Amino acid sequence: MAEVAEKEKVQMLDIYVMGKRYKVPEGLTIQTALEYCGYHIIRGCGCRAGFCGACGTIYNFTYDPTIRYALGCQKEIEQNMVITQIPFFPATEAEYTIEDLEPEEGENKLLTLYPDIITCFGCNNCTKTCPQDLEVMEFMAAAIRGDIKRVAELSFDCLICGLCAARCPQGLQPYNIALAARRIYGHYMAPKSQHNLNRVIEIEEGKFDAELEELKKASEAELRKRYAAREIESAK
Amino acid sequence: MPYPAYMEESIRKLEASRQRRMKGEIPLISSDERDIMVRKYHPDYRETGKRKLLLGPNKGETMPEELANQLEGNSRVDPDKVDLSKIDYDVDVLIIGSGGAALSAALLAQEKGAKVLIATKLRLGDSNTIGAEGGTQAADRPSDSPVLHYLDTMGGGHFENVSELVWAMARDAPMAIKWLEDLGVNWDKEPDGSMRELELAGECRRRVHSCKDYTGLEVMRVLRDEVRCRDNIDYIEFEPAIELIMDDKGRVAGAILVNLETNELSLVRAKAVIMATGGLGRLHTQGFPTTNHYGATADGLAMAYQVGCSLIYGDSIQYHPTGAVYPLQFVGILITENVRGLGGQIINIDGEQVACNLEPRDILASFEIRECTERHKGITTPAGNVGVWEDIPLIDMIHGEGTIARRLPSLVHKFSRFNIDLIHEPVLVYPTLHYQNGGVRMDANSATEVPGLWVPGEVGGGVHGRNRLGGNATLDIYVFGRRAGREAAEYAKEVKLGKLTLDHVRQWQRELEQLGIAKERPFSPMLLPNYARQPSDYLADLYTEKLQPGLVKLA
Repeated sequence: MAEVAEKEKVQMLDIYVMGKRYKVPEGLTIQTALEYCGYHIIRGCGCRAGFCGACGTIYNFTYDPTIRYALGCQKEIEQNMVITQIPFFPATEAEYTIEDLEPEEGENKLLTLYPDIITCFGCNNCTKTCPQDLEVMEFMAAAIRGDIKRVAELSFDCLICGLCAARCPQGLQPYNIALAARRIYGHYMAPKSQHNLNRVIEIEEGKFDAELEELKKASEAELRKRYAAREIESAK
Repeated sequence: MPYPAYMEESIRKLEASRQRRMKGEIPLISSDERDIMVRKYHPDYRETGKRKLLLGPNKGETMPEELANQLEGNSRVDPDKVDLSKIDYDVDVLIIGSGGAALSAALLAQEKGAKVLIATKLRLGDSNTIGAEGGTQAADRPSDSPVLHYLDTMGGGHFENVSELVWAMARDAPMAIKWLEDLGVNWDKEPDGSMRELELAGECRRRVHSCKDYTGLEVMRVLRDEVRCRDNIDYIEFEPAIELIMDDKGRVAGAILVNLETNELSLVRAKAVIMATGGLGRLHTQGFPTTNHYGATADGLAMAYQVGCSLIYGDSIQYHPTGAVYPLQFVGILITENVRGLGGQIINIDGEQVACNLEPRDILASFEIRECTERHKGITTPAGNVGVWEDIPLIDMIHGEGTIARRLPSLVHKFSRFNIDLIHEPVLVYPTLHYQNGGVRMDANSATEVPGLWVPGEVGGGVHGRNRLGGNATLDIYVFGRRAGREAAEYAKEVKLGKLTLDHVRQWQRELEQLGIAKERPFSPMLLPNYARQPSDYLADLYTEKLQPGLVKLA
């Protein structure tokens, strides 16, 4: 490994994978550093681009015990980093049918699904944990109040990595609670798209059938002609 | 890691030309000029890294070498060691994979009364769908129509698309959007409920529905939750299929699964099998980096091919024109096409625009390759990668300050981790392996040529011709996933399975032996790419020698 460092003129860093020391070249992410160490990852790797939340990772430094959180595919390694991946953490998920969750006056549906959320005592560990920098405790407070819109807005960028649940001393699952809130918002509270509904009805009534059939049978020359003649609506 | 000084110099030139570029837009090139560009510069037309298939339904056709090797791979099981009388799961519909196509199919099959099992390689929902940022096409605005959507799709695909499939996709699109809205997907909307839609390259109307730049993630969160909540849908994670099981009437009748952590096999008997395993980005054809998910290793293409399904346009790969090039950690990841839809232009080292930002993907990719190779006008990173700029700050100048932060939050967030501020600085891009345009030949319900097998989504081919438009991939998966789920459930009510068999595996291995290529071919499906650095020089033969069929090599 020393030759690699010399040849490519990169600095080699010490990292500790579950306590075991490895030397890896700087500039790698936690994920690619694990692969450099020789791990063939089965759990704890997904999109490799910061979208899927499969690679939740907890780390600190040999000289600093403060626990920190990251996505393994997004966080660059640093000298003396001590790493462990948390690809799974036990968490309960409510089972429901979205049709049964219509918001009603006087009932907080989130509390019905997840009665334990009232035990949240505001330690804010969840917020500190979130690799997406979401205001997790704030949307948990909104969930307790029954403010579904607020939960949906504040949690929109959630990747469902599960780190918040891993660190909740009360065993709550902020990411699942937020998911239920966003579905309730999308189904019942967001304004319905009338033009989409109109189009669905037109299609079901067969409005475009004849013209589509005609296109299906058209020659390539005819299609090219019609393609070139399309009027282009400019981007707005 | 902000840009090094020499790259900043080029950025100054880009900034200097911005005012001028805002006024004079470069026009789109004609469809004849397009043909010339792709033939000269697109990787699909390059001869290197390709070879002819030696067996199977597409024998004699040329494919990317990495794909050809998987298609002609050795089975991971020894048929003589598998006891087909010991069935672990007996279901109506088996779904392999768990992305957008798979879960759409699962929900629709369940609604039709089927008992459904989902077997997936990683976690439920881990898929390329989750990384789909741009959005989903559907012609649902009054000034638009499925007819225009049909024409755009055909033109983008160089008129080589299978018309029956384009018809199904354009027609079903608005229904797919509504279905997802009803499940609780939060589409971007105006306060009156009308959809906020974007025009992407090659599209004559604003038609792409998005959920900020987390579109695929938002849909997958909802689909996964819905699957989990429904009775009669079971799922097994970290347990991919490694071989299809047939019955003695030549129908697909189940699959063999392997537990990735313990190597234990499970047998599934299923009246119908929906193969929804996605694409092949992790094969890195022609050495390109990829935007694809860890599991995108062409498993379904190989398994379907080996039971007799032919491929259509199997050699056609989409290289997305805007893959990141810098910093090193982001090489290959996708810069969403919405950036171009919003006005982001492609600029060379001297601050000159390379082509119209609304050219279709293959055309713009060809322009970029020309700029960086033949014309030497690319920007080289310290790691030696070459790219051209995509001028993101221009978006705020066109649409008003705050647009970038509001419309592209995930992109801004990602680069901010590396001290690159995309509201004020451009991003360096180059083509990256994004999508398998072709795939397994199928009909309008995703049924293959082999009874009992459906292939919705990226694993199926034909709907996009030889080039897919932005917003048609996520549409494809919902439309054909729903169609496959419905039809497979109906088929499962009728079919009476015969005796289960693995004779097709024996036959396949015999043919490999006869051609004398069994030893040269890898095991198939690949399951996972292996990026682990392995000091193999001192390892015992057990590790370095190719394992015999019957052993499953996973680590």
